[in-house]
Amino acid sequence: MASSISETNFEESKRIKRRKTGDELRDPDTIDHTRWRSESEQRIYSTKLFEAIRQVRRNSSPVNKVSSGRDIQDAADRVLAVAAKGRTRWSRAILASRLRLRLAHNNKKHKKARLAKVTGSIRSKMPEKKRFIPALQRKVKVLSRLVPGCRKVSFPNLLEETTDYISALEMQVRAMAALTELLTGSPVDRLASTSDS
Amino acid sequence: MSSRRSRQSGTSRITDDQIIDLVSKLRQLVPEIRNRRSDKVPASKVLQETCNYIRNLHREVDDLSERLSQLLATIDAESAEASIIRSLITQ
Repeated sequence: MASSISETNFEESKRIKRRKTGDELRDPDTIDHTRWRSESEQRIYSTKLFEAIRQVRRNSSPVNKVSSGRDIQDAADRVLAVAAKGRTRWSRAILASRLRLRLAHNNKKHKKARLAKVTGSIRSKMPEKKRFIPALQRKVKVLSRLVPGCRKVSFPNLLEETTDYISALEMQVRAMAALTELLTGSPVDRLASTSDS
Repeated sequence: MSSRRSRQSGTSRITDDQIIDLVSKLRQLVPEIRNRRSDKVPASKVLQETCNYIRNLHREVDDLSERLSQLLATIDAESAEASIIRSLITQ
């Protein structure tokens, strides 16, 4: 009995500490998913994205003026992650992976990147539960791979991250489509369903 | 569907209600499932559709990135066109 009380106290203090740093994920009220649907958020994102794209083009060598779609996508993801203000795991993962890549590139030590990959694969083979994977768990695994940085997250946190990630992605698509529309002067044909208010 | 995972030590116990609540929230986001009756959609379907939806969104971003890179290739970074576009965005 005493241990459980101390445990809850410890948990409480952890939670309070986390809330102060703005890192609380367990309380669903702190993450506002509707923010991704606001017009102002989209406008801010569009501006930042445009600036980022211009910077990409400025940084690319003057000979090769054509920036690939990959560069644009990276910039878009980065701006999206920054827009999340570090409150969600997927946004932090996007920024962290970019930093890691850049460090590896600057040091020119590809060993580091390879080492990280190797340890990652070894660690994933450790748990012996690989034999019996019920269909549901398998799907959860697939989902966790799609959302960046959420491979080892608990199930409810994963769902939480997923809802925010989907809203953010929708905004990203809306903003980029609007930008494209602006440049081409004709409406963009969306692959998915059209307007979602 | 209900499974109590106590893999993480020290975390609050994950109730089924919490999971149901989160799954329903997820269901509302994915347009495929939104229109169907909530009782008839099992969790596995929700997860499946969610994965598909995320993949679709990724693909859209990819396509749009390609198009944007081609469109913006002709625009000089410092030109007047850029500032025009920027002002149009912020409207």
